[in-house]
Amino acid sequence: MSLDSSNGPAYKNDGEFHQQLIKEVLEAYPDKSAKRRAKHLNVSGAEKPDCGVKSNIKSIPGVMTIRGCSYAGSKGVVWGPIKDMMHISHGPVGCGHYSWSQRRNYNTGTTGIDSFVTMQITSDFQERDIVFGGDKKLGVIIDELNDLFPLNKGISIQSECPIGLIGDDIEAVSRTKSKQIEKPIVPVRCEGFRGVSQSLGHHIANDAIRDWVLDRKGPKDVIESTPYDVTIIGDYNIGGDAWSSRILLEEIGLRVVAQWSGDGSVAELERGPQSKLNLIHCYRSMNYIVRHMEEKHGTPWLEYNFFGPSQIAASLREIASHFDDTIKENAEKVIAKYQPLVDAVLARFKPRLNGKTVMLYVGGLRPRHVMTAYEDLGMQIVGTGYEFAHRDDYQRTAGYVKDGTLIYDDVTGYELEKFIERIRPDLVGSGIKEKYPTQKLGVPFRQMHSWDYSGPYHGYDGFAIFARDMDIAVNSPIWSIFKAPWDKAA
Amino acid sequence: MAALRQIAFYGKGGIGKSTTSQNTLAALADLNQKILIVGCDPKADSTRLILHAKMQDTVLQLAAEAGSVEDLEVEDVVKVGYKGIKCTEAGGPEPGVGCAGRGVITAINFLEENGAYEGVDYVSYDVLGDVVCGGFAMPIRENKAQEIYIVMSGEMMALYAANNISRGILKYATTGSVRLGGLICNERQTDREYELAEALAKRLGSQLIHFVPRDNIVQHAELRRQTVIEYAPDCKQAAEYRTLAQKIHDNAGKGVIPTPITMEELEDMLMQFGIIKSEEQELAELQAREAAAKAKAAAAA
Repeated sequence: MSLDSSNGPAYKNDGEFHQQLIKEVLEAYPDKSAKRRAKHLNVSGAEKPDCGVKSNIKSIPGVMTIRGCSYAGSKGVVWGPIKDMMHISHGPVGCGHYSWSQRRNYNTGTTGIDSFVTMQITSDFQERDIVFGGDKKLGVIIDELNDLFPLNKGISIQSECPIGLIGDDIEAVSRTKSKQIEKPIVPVRCEGFRGVSQSLGHHIANDAIRDWVLDRKGPKDVIESTPYDVTIIGDYNIGGDAWSSRILLEEIGLRVVAQWSGDGSVAELERGPQSKLNLIHCYRSMNYIVRHMEEKHGTPWLEYNFFGPSQIAASLREIASHFDDTIKENAEKVIAKYQPLVDAVLARFKPRLNGKTVMLYVGGLRPRHVMTAYEDLGMQIVGTGYEFAHRDDYQRTAGYVKDGTLIYDDVTGYELEKFIERIRPDLVGSGIKEKYPTQKLGVPFRQMHSWDYSGPYHGYDGFAIFARDMDIAVNSPIWSIFKAPWDKAA
Repeated sequence: MAALRQIAFYGKGGIGKSTTSQNTLAALADLNQKILIVGCDPKADSTRLILHAKMQDTVLQLAAEAGSVEDLEVEDVVKVGYKGIKCTEAGGPEPGVGCAGRGVITAINFLEENGAYEGVDYVSYDVLGDVVCGGFAMPIRENKAQEIYIVMSGEMMALYAANNISRGILKYATTGSVRLGGLICNERQTDREYELAEALAKRLGSQLIHFVPRDNIVQHAELRRQTVIEYAPDCKQAAEYRTLAQKIHDNAGKGVIPTPITMEELEDMLMQFGIIKSEEQELAELQAREAAAKAKAAAAA
């Protein structure tokens, strides 16, 4: 599905300048690296249906890639937010400790009682566990967890690298223990060395949902079906995103039977195939499982975008078109209901942000999905790129970007810094590792993975917060005193 | 006291490594050498003939019980056997679990750091089968063993393993001091065994340091958990091991950087010796057999 993105301002980027920039940046590399990196950098144009870049290829050793690993993709993204499960970081302590609460997956419930999202559980592998194997220890941990936290609804085992190297049979442990405690136990083979980025971790995590939750024999959560049942998929509820999306779907008369996986639960995972339509927000990280549910359970799926009023309206209409007239009418009513809020936000912030330029570098979805939210505020996207996108993501991006936009796939630290330095956009949206170097260059910055401890950004409510946050960053008085007084004198 | 000599025995599984190494080391002990044997096989049977029993307290077993190797003392894991030979076994996981290679690394580091190598003339490593991973290459890495002795026979897979181990030695020879000491042929009574062993040693740029004939007395001794040196010190086979021990003793510093050959070269060599047949030859023989069968059938009709 390609969404109409014609609501934004009409503008073109300086493609020639961007081509020149790519050339400059590549000059710093040895020939072989330059040749490899050249395939990942391009300038968008009508004749490039995939933005003209290669993607999902191994990063070059020696460059500072911003990517993560498979374990990050599974534990950090897909499984971690399932709140009533306990997620064991299986292996030495570091992976679990340093990924502890990295994503702001908001959730309801009482931590330690029926919700475990902010807890960090590790099998803390020692040398003897490597030498003698950790299967017995894993069994003991599962028993202990079940004793200490009896209200948990299941346990996932997130494999760190050594598990794959020594060949522990975590599947056998899972089967045995699952029978004993009568709860789903999900072994996930997301060893960090697998694949080229966190993207494979998403895929492995999706497959684990399929094999160890959906296909699990035993009693499952069954709902009394209605014609309006939908599932929110690929929304991780960063700062409450899924909640601000859910209310819109409910307002147009749909029933959200499950959230995958932000503020989600085992029961909700089990309900996925029972819904009438699967609504997928982050296509990259969960397209595998919606395709599976379409094939096996016949559940259709639909991509949507709840960033910014133009895409929210387009998405609500698209979603409603899959249901009866009541829902379609409701969608129009909801869009009209929120128009005053949108008008108020635009009246306040658009004059302060209009014409400002933005560069984005995020994960697998936002580099295109947030573009139109910026454009709704009159801002212009001059460059965008993904950490771990595949070709189908860039194909989807082609419909969003204006001509001449700089595209950078798996950008290196060096390239991104050079691009920012030479383009000097009014705002950069990327992650924590990019934040401080960018601000030190004197360029305003917002974290677009964690919403910089703010959010939600989804839905109409989220848009108001988004607009305020971008204004805070771009128009902060700090930038007027950025230049040292003695520099002025010189 | 002379400088510490570190040697290692490698070879295909079941070739008689442990038997050969223990008999040879027992003979070396008779030459008044102080010896430490480090068994690097999870089966922990590299010191059975010296200790007259299978070692129970392996380094890794005790470490697992105590928590980690840091909780161990060298005295806990070193036992003394025939003629004062010190014995220790790395041990490791049961088959099919964990990482035995990492276990070897852990155990060797522990022994070295805790002074197990002090006051001996020889440290001998007995390593399982093939160099399957970095852990089992530990004795040839980081300037541990100076000479590697490969126990082999005239069997194809033993030759293949010997060549493979040479590749492992070559890999570390350039960055360290490890050398190939020579091949020890443990007679299996295969066709032209002696010549074949000699030819392979030559191709590897090394020597066939000794050809150990087959003698059932080794079995008799082994059943009594003894080396031949101890069981029948004056027998012919004991003399063979004494000769080998003397040769190894005199071989100090004479190891070479091996020149392993490709799989094709190895197969060519085996064809030359008539151990395996070329495809053309096999095809010709098959055709001859079929023709004969046809002729026979025709005659019967």
